[in-house]
Amino acid sequence: MLQAVKSANPGSGDEPWVGRSIERVEDAALLSGHGRFIDDLGVQPGTLHATILRSPHAHADVLSIDVEAAKRLPGVAAILIGSDVKAVTTSLVVGVKAPVECWPIAMDRVRYVGEPVAVIVASDRARAEDAAELVNVEYRPRAAVVDPLGTLSPGAPLLHDGFPGNLASDRHFSYGDPEKAFADAPHRFSIDIKYPRSSCTPIETYGVVASHDAGEDAFEVLANFQGPFSIHTVIARALKVPGNRLRLRTPPDSGGSFGVKQGVFPYIVLIAAAARVTGRPVKWIEDRLEHLTASVSATNRATTLAAAVATDGKILALDWDQVEDCGAHLRAPEPATLYRMHGNLTGAYDIRHVKIRNRVVVTNKTPTGLNRGFGGPQVYFALERLVQRIAIVLGLDPLDVIKRNLIDAGAFPYRTATGALLDSGDYQEAITRAVEQGRLAELRAKRDEVQARGGLYGIGFTAVVEPSVSNMGYITTVLTAAERRKAGPKNGAQATATVGLDPVGSVTVHVASVPQGQGHRTVLSQVVADVFGLQPKDIRVNTEIDTAKDAWSIASGNYASRFAAAVAGTAKVAAERVAGRLARIAASQLNVEAADIVFARGFVSSKHNPENRIAFSRVAALSHWSPGSLPDDAVQTIRETVFWTPPELTPPDEDDRINSSLCHGFIFDFCGVEIDRTTLETRIDRYVTMHDCGTILHPGMVDGQIRGGFAQALGAALYEEYAYAEDGSFLTGTFADYLLPTTTEVPEPEIIHMETPSPFTPLGAKGVGEGNCMSTPVCIANAVADALGVADVTLPLVPARLAEMVRRAEPPPPAGGAAAAPVREGDRRLRGEGQASVQGAPEQVWAMLLDPDTLQSVIPGCQRVDRITDTHFRADVTLGIGPVSGRYRADVELFDLDPPRAVTVRGGATGALGFGKAEGRITLAPDGSGGTKLTYSYDAAIGGKVASIGGRLLDGATRVIIGQFFTALARKAGGGSATGGGFSLFAVLTKLVSLFGGRR
Amino acid sequence: MTRLKADARHSVRLTLNGKPVQSEAEPRMLLSDFLRHQIGATGTHVGCEHGVCGACTIVVDGMLTRSCLTLAAQVDGCEIQTVEGLAPSADRLGVLQQAFRRNHALQCGFCTAGILMSLDHYLARNPAPTEAEIRDLLSGHLCRCTGYTPIIQAALEAAAQLASSKKETSDA
Ligand code: FES
Ligand code: FES
Repeated sequence: MLQAVKSANPGSGDEPWVGRSIERVEDAALLSGHGRFIDDLGVQPGTLHATILRSPHAHADVLSIDVEAAKRLPGVAAILIGSDVKAVTTSLVVGVKAPVECWPIAMDRVRYVGEPVAVIVASDRARAEDAAELVNVEYRPRAAVVDPLGTLSPGAPLLHDGFPGNLASDRHFSYGDPEKAFADAPHRFSIDIKYPRSSCTPIETYGVVASHDAGEDAFEVLANFQGPFSIHTVIARALKVPGNRLRLRTPPDSGGSFGVKQGVFPYIVLIAAAARVTGRPVKWIEDRLEHLTASVSATNRATTLAAAVATDGKILALDWDQVEDCGAHLRAPEPATLYRMHGNLTGAYDIRHVKIRNRVVVTNKTPTGLNRGFGGPQVYFALERLVQRIAIVLGLDPLDVIKRNLIDAGAFPYRTATGALLDSGDYQEAITRAVEQGRLAELRAKRDEVQARGGLYGIGFTAVVEPSVSNMGYITTVLTAAERRKAGPKNGAQATATVGLDPVGSVTVHVASVPQGQGHRTVLSQVVADVFGLQPKDIRVNTEIDTAKDAWSIASGNYASRFAAAVAGTAKVAAERVAGRLARIAASQLNVEAADIVFARGFVSSKHNPENRIAFSRVAALSHWSPGSLPDDAVQTIRETVFWTPPELTPPDEDDRINSSLCHGFIFDFCGVEIDRTTLETRIDRYVTMHDCGTILHPGMVDGQIRGGFAQALGAALYEEYAYAEDGSFLTGTFADYLLPTTTEVPEPEIIHMETPSPFTPLGAKGVGEGNCMSTPVCIANAVADALGVADVTLPLVPARLAEMVRRAEPPPPAGGAAAAPVREGDRRLRGEGQASVQGAPEQVWAMLLDPDTLQSVIPGCQRVDRITDTHFRADVTLGIGPVSGRYRADVELFDLDPPRAVTVRGGATGALGFGKAEGRITLAPDGSGGTKLTYSYDAAIGGKVASIGGRLLDGATRVIIGQFFTALARKAGGGSATGGGFSLFAVLTKLVSLFGGRR
Repeated sequence: MTRLKADARHSVRLTLNGKPVQSEAEPRMLLSDFLRHQIGATGTHVGCEHGVCGACTIVVDGMLTRSCLTLAAQVDGCEIQTVEGLAPSADRLGVLQQAFRRNHALQCGFCTAGILMSLDHYLARNPAPTEAEIRDLLSGHLCRCTGYTPIIQAALEAAAQLASSKKETSDA
């Protein structure tokens, strides 16, 4: 069913523009290919292009980096390794007090797959990539750890000396009297959650163009960064310049962000450093493999949540134990994901006693950062799964347990136990409406019917408070009260807006909201048009930011759903301020009181006598042309900049209570899912989502935010996971491996609205962009748990995982089947065997296998072969598998030679794309008709970039390449001449080593 | 077949949205990069460079093509259509584009060019598609912003509008 909101552009005049779904001003350019995204903009002539060489290892010491060959390549301007970057920058600040550094490039050690190791700068991208392949890095691998609980165990490999036991922070909190509540309660429930890693993956990747003016020691950077601009201070500090020498600009368009483009900032530092070293502008556009592997990710989290519960299902107290996995470095603004929800750990419920232990740990995975939902999905998954469990065990209806615990409608503004001030709402009414309009009764009947015929059908519920407009001080809750006193208070959320009138009286608006596709320009034109009695098309809005010229502050940017609530409201305040002055000017011209002035239909007129009027543009232009004729009490109307910060956003108090966000929307979701008994695929039958996001400024865009968030959340629930092998290899490096939902998977959610304005924002609006990312994953999980009748479900709910739950683990496949098969899940070793027939007697074939020249001509992609000793060889091989092609250096040794019958080959290969190790045994036997039968078996393991592209590609490619090898060998043998010489069986090995494997 | 030298630039001539264009490309240059950086037709976007996201979709000699999986040298002499050629004039949008705007079928607009090209090509050949057919067609495109439904709605609306305007012309 489709329920898209239509645009309406009635021009009748007097009803406000705010609240209408007008067409977006952004769209004409975007629809005709004239968007201006970062890679669409030209660069200064002579701009260099960078590519980044990244670690294939999850954890290793960097023993040496040889850049000589790469530097000699024509077009290469510079190659920066850790020490070069260190020479011109300082470490990025770390969000907790610990003796730890955080660099945007590896210094002597890599700690995650994809960590930058060298920046190669050349005249164009292709030449930079050519050079990257020639950089030789020698690593000494260390043991890696990827699990947040595993990293805390005593023997775990240590990532940073400054984080003993891999623990970056450990805080205990207590609100009310949780001990007593637990002691007195009749029931105690507890749930263990492992929330996986995923990312909202915008379709446009990161981009940075940086230059450095050595004369003034000032940087100019263009990046599709999205804020928060508190990060500007981090970048400037890292580049060792004061803030006024870092001019940071954003392009007019950005291809989605969802928080993710906050994570471009370490690359801003890297590319700016490269610009400084080369003295030329440098541009870098990230590719998709880099983005998935190493840009940024939401945190994965291990949570144990316990509740003290009365017999009627009333929750009396909560006990949270959260272990937050921030990856290999604690990068700003982390550990913000953990603390963003601190005021909201009781969700939509009236729970007065809360105990919390928050631990932040590091593991050998990509560092984390902003991601739509930011901390919400992790919290609500635990809380709402627990609510369902309480209901099931107590024999209650989950919806009744939700209702029993809701905050009373008369209690707003309501202060939660942990400090949030919930601004407004009527949760009971919202649920009543949703149940009725969403036809819950029908779903219940459907469930009974499907279950009666033996099908799997379940219903899930979620109630969620959606925080928006972050308090810039919430992150300081990670510090103790004493540490906070020392550091000085942090709080508030400065929003800025500028309204300007030009000499012909037309209106320009500028805000520092850095939209990434949300249509801010359209909404602002509506808001300001209403104030001035104009039409949206009369207002030109600019949302690009230039920190050298524009009004901005640390809270600027596009995150925490702050636009509608904070930025649009600030624009209204700025416009009203200008309008107030214009009214005084008009009043003096029209000879009326200022209170009698109205702005409507392009005129400023007297309310009492509408004929007594003057064109808006005339009044608006007066400050330019005739400042002398302004009345004494009216100052200029040329430009007004307003800074607005809500007084409710105070710093954490002495007892660690924090109002982490300004606004709190309410969401109530329920859904029915059917699971196919054979394929265990989960199909959403109906998804109902009720939103109260305060006053709605543009219904079409609000629904757009809800739908978009829902689709991403559906992906997180059913398909998406940034998967790592136990050794830290990253396994989902392409869109063929990291599966996003498409048109065939995403149903239309039924969206229901209710509007309870926020008393704290100028327009009554609250944020709406992130809610479904918080509510939907757990709502679907609750429905799946209901359908399967299981107590524990882990995301993503892929069929294989559901199969394990309902059918237990699959038996291993029968032996002797596939030529190459994974041994077990999570084990990336690849074992296999095969056979080939070659003309010529074993002696002849043996000699060929030992001859470097023969082998060089039959090994696919072999460039050269060097014999170190008779049984030790080195080879260069270039191979392409699917989208990834690269050069490998193989080092091979031979053992157990039994000429002409058998040999064992062992070796390793490394390249920019990954590394591999393998061992194989090859036997030769006469086939009875003058030819030779070759039998081979191998055991290989790979890691690095090749591991993160599709395993299926590797399997297929492996077989093809082996086939090519033996075909070429047979052809050569058929040609007859075989000369004796050294051994070069490493041919087979090289392939085994450099390619085999990958499938987990 | 002509052999191209790997390290030399070769002239590539083609027809882009009805106009002849020409530039130079190394044999390894992708068509997407050629269009964007050599020709300056930046409306075609690149989201993955491995053929999955569909952002780079264009029409080459009447066939829907992933320009990130095509080499510039391959299209020498071909007819190419891109998003820049969809609007009837610089200040007016076509029927499909208007339907996208009306239905809020785009947010950031980064995926949009590829989706428009697929739909434009499909609707010309299938004037009365069902919702399921549109969903099937567009399953080769990733959009992270919209949740897809408004795109489907816009496509169906555009199809209906195109069909009725065609009927009017043939009735007349
Ligand atoms: S860029 Fe071509 S399909 Fe993604
Ligand atoms: S509109 Fe942003 S990816 Fe589709």
